[in-house]
Amino acid sequence: MRFVAFRMLIGDRAKFFGILLGIAFASLLITQQASIFVGLMTRTFGFITDTALPDIWVMDPKVQFVDDIKPISSTVLLRVRGIEGVEWAMPLYKGILKARLQNGNFQQCNVIGLDDTTLIGGPPEMVEGSLADLRRADGVIVDEVGAKGRLARIPEDASGNPIPGARPEPLKIGDTLELNDRRAIVVGICRVSRTFQSQPVVYTTYSRATTFAPRERNLLSFVLVKAEPGVDHKDLCRRIMESSLGPDGSPRLLAMTRDDFAWKTVMYFVRFTGIPINFGIAVLLGFFVGTAIAGQTFYLFTVDNLRHFGALKAMGAGNARLLGMIMLQALVVGVIGYGLGVGVASLFGQLSGRTELSFRLIWQTLVITGGAVTVICILASLLSIWKVIRLEPAIVFKG
Amino acid sequence: MITASPSRSDSPAETSALAIRCRNVTKHYGSGDAKVIALRGIDLDVRQGELMMLVGPSGCGKTTLISVIAGILDRDEGECSVFDQDFSAMSQRARTLWRGQKIGFVFQAFNLIPTLNAAENVAVPLMILGESRAAAVRKAQDRLAQVGLESRWRSYPNQLSGGQQQRVAIARAMIHEPKLIVCDEPTSALDHETGHVIMRLLKTVALQPDRALVIVTHDARIFGFADRIAKMDDGRVVKIVDDPNHLHAEE
Repeated sequence: MRFVAFRMLIGDRAKFFGILLGIAFASLLITQQASIFVGLMTRTFGFITDTALPDIWVMDPKVQFVDDIKPISSTVLLRVRGIEGVEWAMPLYKGILKARLQNGNFQQCNVIGLDDTTLIGGPPEMVEGSLADLRRADGVIVDEVGAKGRLARIPEDASGNPIPGARPEPLKIGDTLELNDRRAIVVGICRVSRTFQSQPVVYTTYSRATTFAPRERNLLSFVLVKAEPGVDHKDLCRRIMESSLGPDGSPRLLAMTRDDFAWKTVMYFVRFTGIPINFGIAVLLGFFVGTAIAGQTFYLFTVDNLRHFGALKAMGAGNARLLGMIMLQALVVGVIGYGLGVGVASLFGQLSGRTELSFRLIWQTLVITGGAVTVICILASLLSIWKVIRLEPAIVFKG
Repeated sequence: MITASPSRSDSPAETSALAIRCRNVTKHYGSGDAKVIALRGIDLDVRQGELMMLVGPSGCGKTTLISVIAGILDRDEGECSVFDQDFSAMSQRARTLWRGQKIGFVFQAFNLIPTLNAAENVAVPLMILGESRAAAVRKAQDRLAQVGLESRWRSYPNQLSGGQQQRVAIARAMIHEPKLIVCDEPTSALDHETGHVIMRLLKTVALQPDRALVIVTHDARIFGFADRIAKMDDGRVVKIVDDPNHLHAEE
């Protein structure tokens, strides 16, 4: 009877494609919106991912996410280096500084100051130049997207006025810019994960970054720690925090593994921004619209075939068999609709890979979408199942 | 192959075993002011090898009676057995299974599944009984040959005329060798000539000595094919006619 169920389903092309459309639409919308959400959330901790070498990040206990900088005393670095199980510990400066562009405009930049000696915490990939070039006087490395976008130079005419409509020229090695009124020379172009605010990222040395930064009592943003081989990272975090207990017994430092810090950052954005709600609404909309379209069309399909189901019932097909037929029909449209939706969403992600749009399709999204499509199919078929189970086979004798 | 004339065939012997035995069968629909009594104590015997027609005005209870006989509807009171099997003593599941094995149906509107071809439609009862599609379709092709449609087995219902569709329905009703074939107005959607072709087919191919046919009809033109006719009115069998040609003349 699986054959009969399948042929009944695909034989009515209009309704078959109608049901598919509903499920594919829901699948597409859920996958796409969830992937954009995941992409955006990934951007929030992109800097942590890019800074791959350290196992542990040490910071002020009040830090809520990676861009929420609360400087700590530079003595922390030395204290952490003295804790057993620490292979090395390096300073990191992170701050938002204003860069003055050639045309006089200002652009907020994410300035990262790396340990002068080791340059640990540098960008994951260099496009031009090398990380060691940071040791050159006033040297900075600018991220590729920032260099081509917000920091790009506007072409000027002979009298120094911007040429209207001219394409901006990407910042290149040798160009200069001003960070807090201090001259910086571009010595390299790097590729980094896009940031949540899409600000240009500027790498320099720790000592130079502190000269760019406004004067504050403390300027150290994070201490990056590498644990010795075999040392449990969580245990080391606990020991680092215990080393900083204040008179009231509470730690004056927060030490977190890389994954925990990334998760803390994501959870901050989930809790304190409206982003999940907005995306959640879009996902729910896709779910409900998909359920409505698929459910209504599936129900109409069943109603149209009620006489045939009645005939099958009269001819000896029991409720269990008819239920199996409907479930098979739901399964077929569910699998095809899911595949179509996810396929189109993946294509969308592939095509938007080089754009500003954040899109990250992870297996968990596929599982969630699959679950949602399953629920849609079950809801869509429930009405039909109810109708067929209650169907009196005597309907076939009513001309 | 279709050679029988529209006249009464040899009458089954009076001593033939009964295919259907109904005694004082009642059935009502609804309740209170909306209560409709469809059957008011039906007594009816149908012998094996017999073609029995149920005739009467609309609403007289013909369709309800065949639904009760076929185990599709439950009766309220009385006794009704089909080949000594009383549906009221069976579970719903057993009744459905028995109906699938022992009863064939021919419907007024054919009720062929439009997305299956003729052979696949005919094969449906066998597939319901668990036979594989390939084997069922092979047998269906043989049955279609019996009803003169051997060359049309790949055709879909919308590619067949009304008469051809009803022939497919007859092949479907016979494919699983049922003991009883129930036909609901099998000729009402067909013209006179095609109706006669269908009736000849039912009489010569579907009717067997160990099988019974019950046909509900309004169509007086086919009365001559019946062995006996039960005339119904207001939920009762008011007359059993042993000479259908006599009733034909009356009508």
